[in-house]
Amino acid sequence: MTDVLNFLVAAVLALCPLLLGTLGETLTEKSGNLNLGVEGMMFMGGVAGLAGSIYYEKAAAHPVAWVSVVIALVCAFLCAAFGAFLYSVLTISLRANQNVTGLALTIFGTGFGNFFGELLGNSAGGYAAVGDVTKGAFNNGIFPGLANIPVVGKLLFSYNFMVYLSIALALVMAYILYRTRTGLNLRAVGEKHAAADAAGVNVTAYKYLATCVGGGISGLGGLYIVMNSSNGVGGVWVHNCIAGYGWLSVALVIFATWHPSRAILCALIFGGLSVMRYYFPVSFIPSSIYEVFPYIATIVVLVSVSMRRRRKNQPPASLGLAYFREER
Amino acid sequence: MNETSIRDRKEPFARIVKRDDISRVKAWGIRLAAILLSLLAGGLLILALGHNPFAVYRDMVTGSLATKTALIATAKIAIPLLGAAISIAPAFKMKFWNIGTEGQIMAGALAASYFALFQHGNMSRPVLILVMFAASVVAGGIWGFIPAFFKAKWGTNETLFTLMLNYIIIGIVKYLRMGPWKNPASGGFPKIAMFDDAARLPSVFGVNIGWIIVLALAVLMFIYMRYSKQGYEIAVVGESVRTSKYIGMNVPKVIIRTIVISGAIAGLVGCLIVAGSAYTLSDTSSGGYGFTAITVAWLGGLNPFAMIIITVFLAVLTKGANTIQTNFKIPASASDVLIGMILFFMLGCEFFIKYRLIFRTRRRIEVVPND
Amino acid sequence: MDPLNAIEMRDITKTFGQVLASSHISLDIRWGEILALLGENGSGKTTLMNMLSGIYFPDSGHVHVSGKEVTIRSPKDAIALGIGMVHQHFKLVDNMTAAENIVLGLRGSWRLDLKKISAKVREISERYGFNINPDRKIYDMSVSEKQTVEIVKVLYRGANILILDEPTAVLTVQETEKLFAVLRSMRDDGKSIVIITHKLHEVLALSDRVTVLRKGVYIDTVKTSGATAQSLTEMMVGRAVSLNIDRPAPVKPTPRLVVKNVSCMDDEGVKILDDVSFTARSGEILGIAGISGSGQKELLEGIAGLYPLAGASSIQYFPDDSGQATELVGKRPRQIRDLGVALSFVPEDRLGMGLVGSMDLSDNMLLRSYSEGRNFFTNRKAPKKLAEDVVEQLRIATPGVSTPVSRLSGGNVQKVLVGREISVSPTVLMTAYAVRGLDINTSYTIYGLLNEQKKAGVAVIYVGEDLDVLLELCDRIVVLCGGRVSGIVEGRATTKEEVGLLMTSLKKEEAP
Repeated sequence: MTDVLNFLVAAVLALCPLLLGTLGETLTEKSGNLNLGVEGMMFMGGVAGLAGSIYYEKAAAHPVAWVSVVIALVCAFLCAAFGAFLYSVLTISLRANQNVTGLALTIFGTGFGNFFGELLGNSAGGYAAVGDVTKGAFNNGIFPGLANIPVVGKLLFSYNFMVYLSIALALVMAYILYRTRTGLNLRAVGEKHAAADAAGVNVTAYKYLATCVGGGISGLGGLYIVMNSSNGVGGVWVHNCIAGYGWLSVALVIFATWHPSRAILCALIFGGLSVMRYYFPVSFIPSSIYEVFPYIATIVVLVSVSMRRRRKNQPPASLGLAYFREER
Repeated sequence: MNETSIRDRKEPFARIVKRDDISRVKAWGIRLAAILLSLLAGGLLILALGHNPFAVYRDMVTGSLATKTALIATAKIAIPLLGAAISIAPAFKMKFWNIGTEGQIMAGALAASYFALFQHGNMSRPVLILVMFAASVVAGGIWGFIPAFFKAKWGTNETLFTLMLNYIIIGIVKYLRMGPWKNPASGGFPKIAMFDDAARLPSVFGVNIGWIIVLALAVLMFIYMRYSKQGYEIAVVGESVRTSKYIGMNVPKVIIRTIVISGAIAGLVGCLIVAGSAYTLSDTSSGGYGFTAITVAWLGGLNPFAMIIITVFLAVLTKGANTIQTNFKIPASASDVLIGMILFFMLGCEFFIKYRLIFRTRRRIEVVPND
Repeated sequence: MDPLNAIEMRDITKTFGQVLASSHISLDIRWGEILALLGENGSGKTTLMNMLSGIYFPDSGHVHVSGKEVTIRSPKDAIALGIGMVHQHFKLVDNMTAAENIVLGLRGSWRLDLKKISAKVREISERYGFNINPDRKIYDMSVSEKQTVEIVKVLYRGANILILDEPTAVLTVQETEKLFAVLRSMRDDGKSIVIITHKLHEVLALSDRVTVLRKGVYIDTVKTSGATAQSLTEMMVGRAVSLNIDRPAPVKPTPRLVVKNVSCMDDEGVKILDDVSFTARSGEILGIAGISGSGQKELLEGIAGLYPLAGASSIQYFPDDSGQATELVGKRPRQIRDLGVALSFVPEDRLGMGLVGSMDLSDNMLLRSYSEGRNFFTNRKAPKKLAEDVVEQLRIATPGVSTPVSRLSGGNVQKVLVGREISVSPTVLMTAYAVRGLDINTSYTIYGLLNEQKKAGVAVIYVGEDLDVLLELCDRIVVLCGGRVSGIVEGRATTKEEVGLLMTSLKKEEAP
């Protein structure tokens, strides 16, 4: 029983970066942009947030946890959004191929993260990490009182703020997409650029905004991976630490059929798959094979999604296309 | 109605107009300018880090080209990079976004390693090397076949599928390294043994024969894509699946055949890496070549000859990045950042080849709204 | 500035690359009138109106709305000025409801109150006698319903200047009448209405004034009451033309394609073709009429082996008069060709299906022949020769055979496609909307080519949308309605009304 409980708690913790990456990409794809650079943006967000906290801690005599957190979040969001902005300029304004631009952003962002991550260490004499204040803020539960309730407390109230933030974000995003004019306009942009344009929606502005905000949200996922200590030290740059998460997020968008609230469940399943080997080791499955289960699951999902095509649950119809009003 | 919003409006600042045609020279001039601009942007980054960009760039060039050792090291990077880019070309021409080259390389490396490690005693050296080539081609082909089959049959998203296969094959190699293939002589350290001398590729001019193989592949791929019926089919499927069906092509067959070829070439590249320079297998054998090769293929416009030039350029950057890491303590990941920037500029410059901007010339018109 | 004028366009010029789409055009639109904008395909009607609706921006010229000069930079500006346009290709989001499409892009409370919006949509619909369900998804709607949504969308935005681009192209005779009644009542409300069309009888039936454009140039504006079909045609084409299409009598027609009990379903399991049977004969043009989406596309694709047909379907192909038949159902296109079946197909989607836009003329000719022979390499000489011949014979305007076909004008693209398809000397030639988007001259060239094929003994199948053309060109007409054959009529004996009725009714009628 405790095994199951511990597993579920670990799964929720593992859900967070995937959910943030997925939410960001969902928002982006709703505008018709297929940004394959999620991985790159997560790297950019992760390293920028880490650097923000480290420099703040260095500058402040007595670092305050929430200030450090806010600085990290803002830096991560802005840096990843900047990556998304580069992508937007190239694909929206300059009409470059979205697939290749996304891959370029992955190469650039991965390089960017590792480059500055190592530079951060080099400049501090070989090792740079955030202090306990910041690390605690990113890892400790925010409802210490409630968390002591047996079972339920641990299952529902024991998490750090990022977990709650990501779930809240999913719900807010679902509300905006399906219940507000902004969401309606955005969905129309992704479905049919020309229709949205003719109806007076500023297609370019919506695409830029959705892509940049989406990129920023994905970047927060990168920050979580860097700061979280559940599968490593936490608060320090580890070479290639984010590798794989961004791509899983892109796959999860398809799994969640472009729906933010469904993304919560999908991210939970994948989070569970990625930590399962620690809680339910199977003697005849070596750990290095167990590790690839999420990737096999992704393939199963991709194949099954493609085998049953329905009118509902389809990607935005204009996904991957550029728009030029005067094109004839 | 919202009249005020119109009051301040004037003619757009710039309008975009499609170019009818542009001379080849001008188009390449624009591309060259883009590369120079990206190097300039890289220079600014270096400057911001407190180094002299000229010194850094100079060291990158000398560190990769000036001595024979440096040249050989650069060639060792260029061989798999060009091979991987050649493997990507037909897939991308067909608009099959294969980003699983990395995994296909690994599959080929794995298959070749099996014979190099465990069968080297059973055959003569030429036979062994030929068998390793064949095994890597088959393994890479299989690793390409899997996603191609699902794409052809159900339209399964190939980008993610091929990518996931990368992680899976890496997991398998990791398992072999830590378990069945672990070298008992490595003292508890989970490592695969070095290849027997018989399983190492011979050298020509100080570099393993891989360079001859990839250059030959470049020529063959050029001919295949431009003059063969299969190459024509790839181009038509890439442009329009509906046209291909209308004209009676067996589209699934074309997709599967092309990606198997693509994967097979990548598999061969895997063999060139393990038997030509690494002399062992590890879970980092593919070394990111599969990803960088996407850049090469795209920048070269999927033309194998143009890809040779781009390969040399990127190999110099990569080797040079190692040099500046030693000389200036700039992390070697700088090469990825630079490659990313070059790619951004190159992708962006295509716009200026296809379109022209017309800037506002007329005086501002006084706009009075309807009421 | 005349206060009677809703819009004054002055000296408007617009170019696309080398193409002059509008050349120094000046035009007035009055309040409370229906103005017909008449011109051939490619005369620049749509381009001109798109500059009012904010889709295109003019290179030079001035626009006045209600007497004040304005600059329209985007559709948003046009909406704010009370200009609304119903485009020929509807600008609706398929998987949203009518109400969602109607409020798209409008300001209002951030939260979307669809109940309130639906109520307002119903109110507007009732005022003008429309019948739409605001909560229905667009993909579940018929073309005429979609058009209604577009009109309501424009009215919801408070437009008082309405532009409709070829609104009747997709409507039946009855639906057209209903639309015209609505437009008249809007005019009587004081709104300005512009209808873009190339159909003369509609101009005469509906409009108050007619403005004629030809090749991007303004010709004249006349009162409809003083115009005739002949005078308008001359203005439109620039010379006196006879509008009669040649129709030689068929010589010894024998069956070439016997279509029996053909049925098929789409991905969602909806029946698209239901028990369709007819015979195409040599030396004959067989027309296929029906409102768009009645199964025409699937029928032709089914015959060509591109669309899966139900098991009971049978299509028998007779290569000559010997009575030897080949069954086509269940075979793939390549198999059909390998059997020696000489079947040519000019599909509706020229650049997306019939040709590859980014490839040049030679390589597009190669599409048909590349697979011949066992050689590993392609033979590019023969297609190049063929391309040169087709360019010469059909007088295709192109810089050369190595120009990508997407650079050619619509008419020349169609000539390339038709030229390639008849070059293989087919026994059966199928064409889908062969003259859509072409000017009168090119259209007559195409009719001429089809008649030549007919005289050479080819069985021609002509899927068309213009009833006038179908009635003048075809020997027999199969009328489809909802995927069923609602009648097969003699081209020389039938009337437009009869065919129009068959298009909407399911009553089976036999040819006399």
